[in-house]
Amino acid sequence: MSNRLPIAEGLFTWPAKKPALLGSRCDRCGIASFPAAQSCMACGSQEVTVEELPSRGTLWTWTVQQFMPKSPYNSGETPETFRPYGVGYLELPGGVRVEGRLTESDPRKLRVGMAMDVVFDTWRTEPNGDEIVSFFFQPVA
Amino acid sequence: MDVAIIGIGMHPFGRTPARSGLQQGAYAARLALKDAGIEWRDIEFAFGGSASAGNADALGNELGLTGIPFINVANGCATGGSSLMTACSAIRSGAHDIGLVAGFDKHDRGAFNADPGDWGLGQWYGELGLMITTQFFAMKIQRYMHDYGISENTLARVAEKAFINGSLNPNAWRRTPVAVEDIAGAIMVNNPLTKYMFCSPSEGGVALVLCRADKAKHYCAKPVYLKSAVLKSRRYGSFEVFAPSQALQQAEGPTVDASRAAFEMAGVGPRDIDVIQLQDTESGAEVMHMAENGFCEHGEQEQLIQSGATRIGGSMPINTDGGCLANGEPIGASGLRQVYENVLQLRGEAGARQVPGNPQLGYTHVYGAPGISAVTILQR
Ligand SMILES: [Zn+2]
Repeated sequence: MSNRLPIAEGLFTWPAKKPALLGSRCDRCGIASFPAAQSCMACGSQEVTVEELPSRGTLWTWTVQQFMPKSPYNSGETPETFRPYGVGYLELPGGVRVEGRLTESDPRKLRVGMAMDVVFDTWRTEPNGDEIVSFFFQPVA
Repeated sequence: MDVAIIGIGMHPFGRTPARSGLQQGAYAARLALKDAGIEWRDIEFAFGGSASAGNADALGNELGLTGIPFINVANGCATGGSSLMTACSAIRSGAHDIGLVAGFDKHDRGAFNADPGDWGLGQWYGELGLMITTQFFAMKIQRYMHDYGISENTLARVAEKAFINGSLNPNAWRRTPVAVEDIAGAIMVNNPLTKYMFCSPSEGGVALVLCRADKAKHYCAKPVYLKSAVLKSRRYGSFEVFAPSQALQQAEGPTVDASRAAFEMAGVGPRDIDVIQLQDTESGAEVMHMAENGFCEHGEQEQLIQSGATRIGGSMPINTDGGCLANGEPIGASGLRQVYENVLQLRGEAGARQVPGNPQLGYTHVYGAPGISAVTILQR
């Protein structure tokens, strides 16, 4: 049986029935950041607390990546199988704007301000069968 | 102690398979020395850098080993600006009277690829395909168009102007005008930006000879004075490249900070500037940088660009040598290219692309990862 592993430790709760992105919030100035950091980017304080970020937000801006990136891009795709992908910043209320891949890559279906959910799905499958899981932003149905 | 630029040299930008990046730097340095009417042994100190073409102090192997302090500078897109600012301080402090600043580079084809570890980021960020500068530029202009009503046609107009100006510049890489419809209809790279709206990594070299202002006339009939050279990095809250998250409350970016400081140091304002070089890694950057540098309000670019104000002969000529779009971006040389162009313009020696009306003041601006900006103001 294959394992399902997160793309990086500490990016989101895993394993979890309902995973969530993990940010850090400064105990001194209240600023949040993603991924969780050991100090605050705004004031430099090392007193930060890790918290789960909201699972729904609005698209602050976006683009579509039309060409296949060079290494360290690692999706398991080849130049022949590469498919353009959407990228955007999702504004999470009370938190931060988090950058991520979108599940939608059709520019006609993307607009600033649309509601999106943070979802978790298989990103690539390793040669040994392990599934690498990442986070994505998906338009609210 | 004011500082003057008394010699300038450039190796043509583009692709020169026969010369290494270092040799292109040496070519530029020899031209700058000749322009100042001096020899390499007259130079008391040097600052220089390249991102992909080796240590600048290896120029000593090409020009002769004279024992001077030569400091290698590595500061991304602001490498040239950092060298210039530091050289300026060396002269102002009284430590030296005359020095050389050089920048050169030679990059592989295709988009720059960055390693997340070098920027304090996890490998996951690169694996997912987020570590890409062109995405950032596209997302920044996408939001800006939404907020301030800039049209896609205006983005195409910026590139159209760049290639027209490039066609007038013998040192430019891309010297053939491209029709605005062909720019707008070209293959999309990162929506809303097409292939012709992005600059590409390229090659080239630029060198400048600087000296104490009170000795400038001794060397040069038309010295150009460096009224300000400012470098700033990002503050918390500015929207920057290579950022897995951004603050909810946005702050002004490093360009705004560098611009304000440069105008204050020079004692002039945006309306006083006669010729402007702005970082145009892509069309949208030039649009946004017009306002971030104080040359217009946000949103006014639409009318200014559509009416031709930013062309040579317009009320605010921008990127008169074709900018990054027509010259490509050899990182170490790119910022100094802008200074070279303004010195030519202020001397009245820019030939077919000369800005009319005896320009007195020139402005240069660079922006780069991960949120740095360098600005200079030159006066003749
Ligand atoms: Zn803080």
